[in-house]
Amino acid sequence: MRIVVAGYGPTAHRLVETLAREGFTGTITVIGEEPRPAYDRVALTSYLKGTSAAELTFPAPGASARVLLGDRVISIDRARRTVTTRDGHEEPYDALVLATGSAPFVPPVPGADRAFVYRTIEDLDAIRAASSGAATGVVVGGGLLGLEAADALRGLGLATHVVEMGAWLMPRQVDEGGGAVLRGHVERLGLTVHTGTGLDRIEDGRVVLAGGTAIDADVVVFSAGVRPRDELARRAGLPVGERGGVVVDEGMRTADPAVYAVGECALAGGMVYGLIGPCNAMAEVAADRILGGSASFTGAEESTKLKLLGVDVASFGRLSGALDVTYMDPVGGVYKKLFVSDDARTLLGGICVGDAAPYTLLRPLVGRELTASPSDLLFASAGGPSVDLPDDAPVCSCNNVSRGEVRAAIAERGATDVPALKKCTRAGTSCGSCVPALASILAAEGVVQDKALCEHFSHSRAELFDIVRVRGITTFSRLIAEHGRGRGCDICKPVVASILASLDGGHVLEGERAALQDTNDHFLANIQKNGTYSVVPRIPGGEITPEKLIVIGEVARDFGLYTKITGGQRIDLFGARVEELPKIWKRLVDAGFESGHAYGKALRTVKSCVGSAWCRYGVQDSVGMAIALELRYRGLRSPHKLKAAVSGCARECAEARGKDFGVIATESGWNLYVGGNGGFTPRHAELLASDLSDEELVRTIDRFLMFYIRTADRLQRTSAWIERIGLDHLRDVVVRDSLGICADLDAAMERHVGGYFDEWRATVEDPEKLRRFASFVNAPGTPDPSIVFETRRDQISPVLVEVTRR
Amino acid sequence: MTLTGRTTDPGDDTRTWVPICAYTDLIPERGAAALVASDQIAVFRTFDGRVYAVGNRDPFSRAYVMSRGIVGTRGEEPVVVTPMHKQVFSLVTGACLDDPETAIPTYPTRVTDGTLEVSVE
Repeated sequence: MRIVVAGYGPTAHRLVETLAREGFTGTITVIGEEPRPAYDRVALTSYLKGTSAAELTFPAPGASARVLLGDRVISIDRARRTVTTRDGHEEPYDALVLATGSAPFVPPVPGADRAFVYRTIEDLDAIRAASSGAATGVVVGGGLLGLEAADALRGLGLATHVVEMGAWLMPRQVDEGGGAVLRGHVERLGLTVHTGTGLDRIEDGRVVLAGGTAIDADVVVFSAGVRPRDELARRAGLPVGERGGVVVDEGMRTADPAVYAVGECALAGGMVYGLIGPCNAMAEVAADRILGGSASFTGAEESTKLKLLGVDVASFGRLSGALDVTYMDPVGGVYKKLFVSDDARTLLGGICVGDAAPYTLLRPLVGRELTASPSDLLFASAGGPSVDLPDDAPVCSCNNVSRGEVRAAIAERGATDVPALKKCTRAGTSCGSCVPALASILAAEGVVQDKALCEHFSHSRAELFDIVRVRGITTFSRLIAEHGRGRGCDICKPVVASILASLDGGHVLEGERAALQDTNDHFLANIQKNGTYSVVPRIPGGEITPEKLIVIGEVARDFGLYTKITGGQRIDLFGARVEELPKIWKRLVDAGFESGHAYGKALRTVKSCVGSAWCRYGVQDSVGMAIALELRYRGLRSPHKLKAAVSGCARECAEARGKDFGVIATESGWNLYVGGNGGFTPRHAELLASDLSDEELVRTIDRFLMFYIRTADRLQRTSAWIERIGLDHLRDVVVRDSLGICADLDAAMERHVGGYFDEWRATVEDPEKLRRFASFVNAPGTPDPSIVFETRRDQISPVLVEVTRR
Repeated sequence: MTLTGRTTDPGDDTRTWVPICAYTDLIPERGAAALVASDQIAVFRTFDGRVYAVGNRDPFSRAYVMSRGIVGTRGEEPVVVTPMHKQVFSLVTGACLDDPETAIPTYPTRVTDGTLEVSVE
């Protein structure tokens, strides 16, 4: 069987992916007019914030699909079952799927040809190019996409106006009250809003509104709705709707049984759908029908939850009803409204602005009996009334996954955590807003996440942290006597050592604490394969004077060490015997070096590019900021190692998005990305907050780190931790203080900063601590005879030799 | 009084005991390396005050690092964990609890007049 797909956007991608997944064995030819394969259009705006086109691109479908890019279908010969492309290809089909999407609506006003639209990566490239050197921008359309475009223009440094024909912003998603609160948020960000007015004309450098008001506008973007691209179907004689859209039945079939239409170009049940959820559903139905199934698409709810300009906006179900309950806080910028049936027993829909917590919990309950009073439900949150969902309730509307399917994945396919559920069901893999719901379903289904740290403690690391903090415990012996069993192991001892260090910052080799440390922390160096250690002095931000470089070189030469530049912009000295470590460090400390904590689960480095001091592209002093951050967080013990970087411009030479926290300079401040890492499972950091001042940046990182230290699992990098708690939740806690703990987190970081001392200096000055640095307790003058080196490329290299029979 | 980890036969006066260090030189729940003739030995003092001696060579990594491992318990068994790849060994029998095929040697210990002694014959 031969399938031809006209169009290669997200819906076409889903179609092809579903066919491949269901084992389709025929040929698929996908013809897309954009110069690139399908990408995540929902996340389009992130492209202007540094996400690359490659990152937005969906994974390539299986080998069975042939993809023609930069070409498009221009005619269909239904009798011969062939399509012809602009480049003159003729392609036969047994089934043709129209997935041509929609085109931005450009109002017929004078000067419209000067304006941009906002749909493709090429559109964004054009807007970015036009914004260079421009000062002002106007977005026509104050809906969902219009506000995204306005955010983009603002991010490009333009003074931005939004012009909305309706009486308030986002008229399709929120009512007047919600619109007013949203407007407050938008205006506080410095955007100017004009509602209830259209555009009269566009002139060079300005636009004129219907009322005659003129606004300076170097860049004009139309985002005033879309129109289905149904011209192919029209020309082929297939029925289309009065206002556009290819008419299809429940099986996504047009009037011609060999031709299907899916996504934004289809008119299903008299409706054109523009949201990703319904479009994906249509693609899956069409795939099923092509494979001989009987799936049907009978409409979809048009719930939306998104974050626009940093504001949560969500709506679900019907936006009208006999009764409504409203909560409005114009000061805090929160508006919540629920619509209920006239007997006040059934939830019909709701609107949230400024706090989307009710959305996740209540959206699946639309059309069902209320589980609490409407006013209680308005304040539903993770700690609020528990909401038990029936099996047919939708959990993930992007991928059409019901509670029942999630339940089945747990019961029948053995999914025991959120990542496994994502893999099994695809729930939570698009917008991610249902991830907290997945976690609560796991709990409701009785999947007990085994949180026990090891055989000695039945608590998780986060629980132990709280026990130690709240009960003021300062020793491992007391903790294990009161809350554990046995005498510990290589898992719990370093964890408790780290918790104690995070909380009170004493020396890691003080008293009983010394016995808790893994060998690296115990010798304040990194063990290597032959039992020698490596030494890494701190070089904050990677900036170092020639004098200090010479010291490192002399120390390495005098002790015969192997030297290598690390990935964190410092120098690693290998091959030190335990008894040499204090002598090496005495030299380094005297020259002004301090511990680099390369041996600890602690802050390692804050890497930097050279920044505005030297670089002709730099917009901020990245080296200065990197040094300030490294000095602030040096010595901070954490659940796992922490790496960071600061880039002085969007070119990102410091590779900050590969770090636990990465800072990228903008024209007006700093963007903060969190949760990146290299390693076994590389992951790019995600944007936590943008355009921060120096103070805001430091405060946000302070809270991010302290919250991580308090709540992460053992050896859980920030990436996995954020996957678990969700970026939105993290932002709520550290930016909006939703848990009311920020003052506490701030104070904890102040204690760390105030209490910092160099643990190597403290060690070389303390004879008691130096006692452990002996080769043999009964022969301290004899070097370990098992340590042998050969020479490779002019430096030492370890050789393992058998020196005894034991 | 100090307990020794491995009971020696009280009638066995013929053993040769080698003094290693003062008992108080040992950090509780931490080891130290010792050189006896050409053999490397790791000596440990556990939380309950007992002392143990095992071979210092980690049979998995072949590095002489057992003395630098974390000391703790698995069930009731006092253990040391190699710092290289974290295999767990009994301080009593030397058996690797993660790999029954592998073991490290153990040596009788005693404390005499505050001095830790080991017998390596």
